[in-house]
Amino acid sequence: MSALTLERPRSLKAALASLAADPSLMPIAGCTDVYVGLHFGTTPERRFLDLWGLKELRGIGVDGDALRIGALSTYTEIIQSTLVQQRVPMLVAASREVGGAQIQNRGTLGGNVANASPAGDTLPVLAAAGARIVLRSQSGTRTVPFDGFYTSYRNSIRTPDELVVAIEIPRLQGRQWWRKVGTRRAQAISKIMMAAVRGTDVRIGIGSVGPTVITATQAAAVLSGGGSIADAKAALLSEIRPIDDVRSTGEYRATVAANLLEQFWRET
Amino acid sequence: MARAVGANVRRKDGDAKVTGAAKYIDDLTFPGMLYGATVRSSIPRGTITARHISLPDGYTVADHRDIPGPNYVALIDPDQPCLAVDEIRHVAEPLLLVAHADKDALLHLDTRISIETRNGTPTYDPEASDVCFKKIAIDKGDLDAGFKAADVIVDGEYRTAHQEQLYIETNGVIAVPGDGRMTVYGSMQCPYYVHRALVVLLALPPDKVRVVQTETGGGFGGKEEYPSILACHAAILARKAGRPVKMIYDRVEDLLATTKRHPSIVRHRTGLTRDGRLTAMDIDVIMDGGAYATLSAVVLSRGVIHAAGPYRCDHIRIRGRAMMTHTPPNGAFRGFGAPQTLFAIEAHIDRIAEQLQIDPVRLREQNALRPGDTTATGQQLGRDASALAVLRDAVKRSRFHQKRKAWAGTNRGIGLSLFLHGSGFTGGGEVKLASKASLELTPRGARILVASTEIGQGTRTMHAQIVADALGLPYDAIDVHEADTAFVPDSGPTVASRTCMIVGKLLERCARDMRRRLGTLTPAQYYKKHGAFTVTSQYEPPPGLQWSDETYAGDAYGSYAWGCNVVELEVDPVTFDVTPLNVTAVAEIGKAIHPMMAIGQIEGGTAQGIGYALTEEVVMKDGRMANAQLTNYIIPTPLDAAPMDVGLLERPYAHGPFGAKGVGEMPIDGPAPAVINALRHCGFDIRSIPATPERLMRARLHHGFSKAGT
Amino acid sequence: MRFTLNGKSRTVNAHPMKRLLDVLRGECGLTGTKEGCGEGECGACTVLLDGVAVDSCLVPLAHVAGKKVITIEGAAATRTGKALQNAFVEQGGAQCGICTPGMILAAAPLTSHASFDEIRTALAGNLCRCTGYPAIFRSVQSALKASKRAR
Repeated sequence: MSALTLERPRSLKAALASLAADPSLMPIAGCTDVYVGLHFGTTPERRFLDLWGLKELRGIGVDGDALRIGALSTYTEIIQSTLVQQRVPMLVAASREVGGAQIQNRGTLGGNVANASPAGDTLPVLAAAGARIVLRSQSGTRTVPFDGFYTSYRNSIRTPDELVVAIEIPRLQGRQWWRKVGTRRAQAISKIMMAAVRGTDVRIGIGSVGPTVITATQAAAVLSGGGSIADAKAALLSEIRPIDDVRSTGEYRATVAANLLEQFWRET
Repeated sequence: MARAVGANVRRKDGDAKVTGAAKYIDDLTFPGMLYGATVRSSIPRGTITARHISLPDGYTVADHRDIPGPNYVALIDPDQPCLAVDEIRHVAEPLLLVAHADKDALLHLDTRISIETRNGTPTYDPEASDVCFKKIAIDKGDLDAGFKAADVIVDGEYRTAHQEQLYIETNGVIAVPGDGRMTVYGSMQCPYYVHRALVVLLALPPDKVRVVQTETGGGFGGKEEYPSILACHAAILARKAGRPVKMIYDRVEDLLATTKRHPSIVRHRTGLTRDGRLTAMDIDVIMDGGAYATLSAVVLSRGVIHAAGPYRCDHIRIRGRAMMTHTPPNGAFRGFGAPQTLFAIEAHIDRIAEQLQIDPVRLREQNALRPGDTTATGQQLGRDASALAVLRDAVKRSRFHQKRKAWAGTNRGIGLSLFLHGSGFTGGGEVKLASKASLELTPRGARILVASTEIGQGTRTMHAQIVADALGLPYDAIDVHEADTAFVPDSGPTVASRTCMIVGKLLERCARDMRRRLGTLTPAQYYKKHGAFTVTSQYEPPPGLQWSDETYAGDAYGSYAWGCNVVELEVDPVTFDVTPLNVTAVAEIGKAIHPMMAIGQIEGGTAQGIGYALTEEVVMKDGRMANAQLTNYIIPTPLDAAPMDVGLLERPYAHGPFGAKGVGEMPIDGPAPAVINALRHCGFDIRSIPATPERLMRARLHHGFSKAGT
Repeated sequence: MRFTLNGKSRTVNAHPMKRLLDVLRGECGLTGTKEGCGEGECGACTVLLDGVAVDSCLVPLAHVAGKKVITIEGAAATRTGKALQNAFVEQGGAQCGICTPGMILAAAPLTSHASFDEIRTALAGNLCRCTGYPAIFRSVQSALKASKRAR
């Protein structure tokens, strides 16, 4: 314990200055993932930067035509936000299935994004929504598309001196759809999940079937172009890389991915 | 005065538990206390060739050389070392013990301690193993004649896997050394098992060893024998350091290293007449015991005795063997061999019903044991044999036949299972245990002195109810002493559904003796006049009970409880997730001393049985549990809870207290086969559990469901 | 680090990264909050932080500075706490009791007219191995009814 240090900046500006000075600091927020690793000795980091008190990272509002969700918005805040309920109900649905109430009260959207797990519950939603990630460092701000944010397993284009400060979701047109397939109905790491939007265009995000969340552009293109569901399923299967692990099998994930696509199409 | 037995009196320990006042082992500290940790093997089989330890001052390290007595954990067979010498037989085998005053100093010991090994070739398949812990043979009638009389013969093979008890409080103890003495406090079911193991290992006289059970957060068998190992470890460290040592397993270590339910392979060959009467049953049972014998002989025993299920048949052959594999030793878990073999027979009976095109209820009705019939071991059942009563009640409650018809060809299924569970230790076991119970007079009433432990099931409350009514005193006048070997006699272990039927009966006898002695005086009057006195009662078998260990024949148990489960479920055609829609659980238990707590046992055991059937999978890779985190070992959450409809029937057992039999284990025997039979109803041929969505996907008989059920 | 614990102001000198669970059980001497898994799966360590349920095994001490923490030892002072405690005894919601403190606190934020679904959802992060859950639901429903009558 004595080997750990915690910096507690009072403002975003101070936080960014600390990160600029020492990019090896690990930013923490709701701690729902970090503390598991710390307790069992699997987290190697020792120096932490506490973002929890930074008011600049909170708040859900409208910015132009987009919905802007502060990185520190908890799942509970997202679930209770009428703005999110109206504009991105699939994000509310995904947030409701994260862990249980205790995790929802502490886990944050920014944390889910920065943690970069291929099983992050909100990530397929952000993929399907064509979201944008707002990154900030001491040198400035940049807003990047969610597509391409992740480069490989647990890696993103966020540089060590940058923080995720907000997630922007453009106005979505069409019906939204979400389904998480877990090992049980709560407290479950997903085996596979899919978020999709069916408007004039189709967008599909799918998680736990590759080293990162996947935007299924080929399957979506087949459907957007009026192709058959059979062709869309085939396209989807070529885009995903499901594996065997302690929770499920590649075979199951592949079969269910195709089934989910069909269910989405049938229900929207 | 209001009777306590049969009423839902207020739990003795309820208020302490809901206010946070109840003290579990990790809530206790002792002056000068150290924390202990275990260094374990990372390979499943091999030999230790070197140990390298480089620790700074402040650490106490102990190995097998620090054991004063013989290096084994006393239970049944003396084959399990307390600490490995040079042979490793399973992953997570305990090798070394380390203590330090700072708990954090015990993290990352692998950077300071390295164990060099020469790897051996492990055996994981019990059928390929050449080490047999126990063989049992049961023979009734003439099997050949039975098959000759059969019109139809049906074969089947059924498999069950490991299951983890998953008590929410992990294993933990504190060992406190004294002058030539040792006291161990801990989370446990059997203080006298722990006592015996310590006496042997520490080479101390019995009166120099004291074991105290602390409030225990669940056991389910997982704290029947395992705590003896942990207690021995803590005691070795405490003895060496000369200071109290606390050892609490974190969840990962508990999952990796402690006992699990025995996996099983059960094969049936069954002969029947064309109209569905059983003529011959040939059953082969294999249990995977893991690396050391522990309780495998007894698990096998209960398993084979229950293997023919609740059915009558004149010609039965049962063969069972418990085999060694290089995996962490398996041990006690609620049901103790019966869930495995009852799964097999009940899944098999439904396949027979399907093959013979006989209604599964009718097939069971035809063959169910009735009063006067004899079991596989030749035990003649008494008037309290209730197979037909529980079957008919469950079928009626659940509207089984209507749903069976309405849901045919849909994604909804309904299935049932019929089962029994013997209470108490098998055969001569209770005689060998020779359990004792004592009752001490107090100014207010009486104090119960038994080694039976409260582990959530309501022991304190139920025992107090029995004593209150037998003494003719209010329930509040009875208190219960802590299960502390310095004060309570050996009432035997808190297992085998015996705590009410056997120990409760002893207490009833004590109470009646005390009543006679008090005469017309109240406890306060007697106490003032003559002081306190203690009455002790020792187990006597009911008259006429006969059992032979040699022929494995006779009266296996004093009495049986009877159960029937009906499971209604729905399979999601997109994901193959199974949602239990309703579980009907009817249980005949002699007498419900505390109806609410009896229902609590039924609901809790049923939930564990549903988990056993559907989601609880121990993923073993190279002899090691690969999913040893609570996030990856899947028990139901409140959102997964199956709605339950419980029916309680009572057919008094003459030798149980107020007619009571046992109830703790039976509820877990029935759900798994009822689930599998419901899945069969909606088109899945599954013969092993857990029936995960991944396996259901592979096992589909049809392309899809014709329509969704309503 | 100063915070309000069960209605009283409390100052603790401990590492800011120390788990709130360990601070409550250690420095504060309140052992009613239990550790079941250390990974936020079982909910046995649930406490109320500014009125909402959190897993104290996942909360750094630093995050409670200036905030209100309620543990099982302070549950009786909440709106429904006493009714919940009594109901868990009377309706069989508590068997071995190890999950009970966490269960009660997870249920404490529920309003008196919570539906069955809302009750289940509030408790979704709390595991019980003894009861199978029906008696826990009955206990919470009974408590919410009792607290409605009491108003």
